[in-house]
Amino acid sequence: MSTIVERSLAVAGAAEEPAAFPRRKKGISARSVVILLFLTMCALFFCVPLYVVVVTSLKSMDQIRQGDIFALPWSLNFDAWVTAWDKSCAGTLCQGVKVGFLNSIEILFPSLILSIGLSCVTGYGLALWNVKWANSFLFILFMCAFVPFQIIMIPLILITGFFKIYGSVLGIAVVHAILSMPILTLIFRNYYKDVPQEIMSAAMMDSGKFWKIFFEIILPMSGNIMIVVLIMQITSIWNDFLIGLTYGGIGTQPMTVILANVVISGMGEVRYNVDMAAALLTAIPPLVIYFVLGRFFVQGITAGAIKG
Amino acid sequence: MPDVRFEQIVKTYGRVTVLKNLDLAIGDGEFVVLLGPSGCGKTTLLNLLAGLIDVSSGRISIGARDVTDLDPKDRGLAMVFQSYALYPTKTVRGNLKFGLSSFKLDREEQERRIAWAAKLLQIEPLLDRKPSQLSGGQRQRVAIGRALVKQVGVFLFDEPLSNLDAKLRTETRLEIKRLHDETRSTVVYVTHDQIEAMTMATRIAVMNAGVIQQFGTPDEVYDRPANLFVAGFIGAPPMNLIDATVTGGGMKAKVGADGGEVDLGRYPFETRPRDGDAVVLGLRPEHFSTDGTLNGAGAARFSLPVQYTEKTGADATTYLKTGDRLLAVSLSPERVGRLKAGEAFEVSFPHDKLHVFDAGSGQRL
Repeated sequence: MSTIVERSLAVAGAAEEPAAFPRRKKGISARSVVILLFLTMCALFFCVPLYVVVVTSLKSMDQIRQGDIFALPWSLNFDAWVTAWDKSCAGTLCQGVKVGFLNSIEILFPSLILSIGLSCVTGYGLALWNVKWANSFLFILFMCAFVPFQIIMIPLILITGFFKIYGSVLGIAVVHAILSMPILTLIFRNYYKDVPQEIMSAAMMDSGKFWKIFFEIILPMSGNIMIVVLIMQITSIWNDFLIGLTYGGIGTQPMTVILANVVISGMGEVRYNVDMAAALLTAIPPLVIYFVLGRFFVQGITAGAIKG
Repeated sequence: MPDVRFEQIVKTYGRVTVLKNLDLAIGDGEFVVLLGPSGCGKTTLLNLLAGLIDVSSGRISIGARDVTDLDPKDRGLAMVFQSYALYPTKTVRGNLKFGLSSFKLDREEQERRIAWAAKLLQIEPLLDRKPSQLSGGQRQRVAIGRALVKQVGVFLFDEPLSNLDAKLRTETRLEIKRLHDETRSTVVYVTHDQIEAMTMATRIAVMNAGVIQQFGTPDEVYDRPANLFVAGFIGAPPMNLIDATVTGGGMKAKVGADGGEVDLGRYPFETRPRDGDAVVLGLRPEHFSTDGTLNGAGAARFSLPVQYTEKTGADATTYLKTGDRLLAVSLSPERVGRLKAGEAFEVSFPHDKLHVFDAGSGQRL
C-alpha cells in the first residue's frame, strides 16, 4: 500500500505540468494567419515577376504586342528560347547567349578552385596552427570584407594589367578569389575552430606536417562547409556582372555580360520574348545547383551549431 | 626504453603560473601516474612532455636527448587522449596507419605493425570500420592501437578511461597494465582517479596547485603521505584529519576541549613537536579497530555517538560525532546494520597506523 502511495505521489509530481498545460491543438490562430499572409506576400514579390518572365518568354511577338502581360501564352512556343540560346545578337556577334554560357563555365571553375582553395587553407592555418598575429590578421581580413568592390576596382585593373592577366579568364578568377577571400576565410576559420582540439593534437603527434594533416584529416572533415561555400561561390560567380564586365576581355565575357548586351543591342522592335528567355537561360544554372545541393546546404549551415 | 626527466619546469599563461619550478625524474620502464584534482597542472605537464604546448622555462629530456624544443612528432612519444581523438573520416586501419606517418616505413612493415597491434588489442575484425561505427570501448582500443603501432619507448595517457563505464574501465585498466608489462615501455599516465593510480602505477606523483606534493610508490603514498594534501586526497573514504595540541612532553596529543588524548609515544617522529604545538592527526577510517581486540593497547580509544551510516556494497562506513565534526570509521556491512543512530560506539586506533602532520606547514612530522 505504502509503495503505491509513494509511486502515485511521484507520478503526480511528474504529471502535473502536462496536465496543467495540455498540448495546444493545431489549428488556425490569428498569429499563424498573419505569418501566412506575410509569407505569401514575400513569395508574391518574387513569383509574380518570375511568372511574367516565364510566360512572356513563351509568347509570340504578336501576343506580346497586345500588352496583357499576365495572360497565358496562346500556344507553347519555344522559338524565343532557341533564338536566345543560338541566334540572338550581342552587339555585332549573333551567336546567342551560348557564347556567354561557355565563357561563364570557363570562368567558374578556375574561380572556384582559386577562391575556395586559398581561403580553405588560410582558414585552416588560422584556426588550427599557432600563427603569430593570427587574430590581428583575422581582424584586418574582417575589415576588408566591408570594403566595397568599386573602391578597389581601378587599382585592381592596374595590378592585373601589370601581371599581364587583365582580360583573361585567369584575371577574372584572381579577382573573384581576392574579393571572396575575407568572407570565405572567416567561414572556414570558424568551421575549423570547431574541430576537436585533441584530434589536432593527435595529428600533430602522428604527423605534424601542415599539408598532410590538411589533406588527410581536415579536408575530408569539411564536406558540409564545402557544400555551403560551393553553393555561395557558384551563385555569386555565375551571377556576377561587374567583375565580368570590368575584367573580361573579348571572348572572356561571362553570360551575364552577354545577356546585358543582348538586351540593350538590337534593331527594330524590342523582342521581349527573346530577352526574357535569355534571362531565364542565364538564371538556370545556379537554380539547378540549389535544387541538387540545397539539402546539404541546410545541413552545412547548421553543422557548426551542434557538436556531434 | 628511455627515462624522462623534467628539470625546473615553469609554465605560465600570462600572469597565471600553472607549474612552478617542477622537477620530476621518471625511470626507464616505469608506469608513473600523475594524480591530482582538476586544475592541478597534471595535464599541462603531460602536454609539455608531448610538445603540444611549450615550456616557459626549464628542460625536458627523454633518454639522453633534450627534447625541450623539438616538435611533437620528433620526440619519440605516443599518446592516448581522453576523447580518443580518432580521425573520424578514416577507417580503423587508416587511423593506425596515420599513426605511423612520421616514420619512414615501407608498406610491409606498416602492415606488419598494424596486424601486430590489432592482434594484441583484439580489434582485427574492426579494421575496416569507421570510428563512428565503434562502441566507446572499441574506440579506446583503437586509440591505444594507434599509439602502440609506433613502437616508441614512452607512452602518454591523458585520462584515457574517464569516458568509459565502470565495468569497461576495470577491464581496460587491466589491459593497459598488461600492455605495459608486455612492452616494458615507460608510461606517463594522467588521471584524477586514485583507484586507477593505486592499481596501475609503479610510482605516483600526487600534484596540487602546480606542485608535486609527493612522488612515491602507491604504498608509500598511502602509508606515509608526505603532507596533509596527500593524506586527504589518497584513500576513500578520505582520512580523518583531526586538529590536536601536543602535551605531555611531546608524548601525547589533546584533541579538542573534551575529546580525550591520543598517545604519540610510539610514533616515529622525524621532527618531534614541542608541548603546545598545533598538529593534525590523520586516522584512516579503515584502520580503526572496532572489535575490542586492541582494547587499551592502541594509541587512542574513543567512545562516540553514531551520527549516521553508509553502505557501499562490500564496505560500510559509520560516522561518529565528535565535537562539531564527524569521524569516519569503516566497518563490515553486517555490523553497520546493527548500529543505531545516537548509540555510543567504541573504537580504538593502533599506534602504527597513526599519521601526524604539522598544522602550520602541513608537512608530515
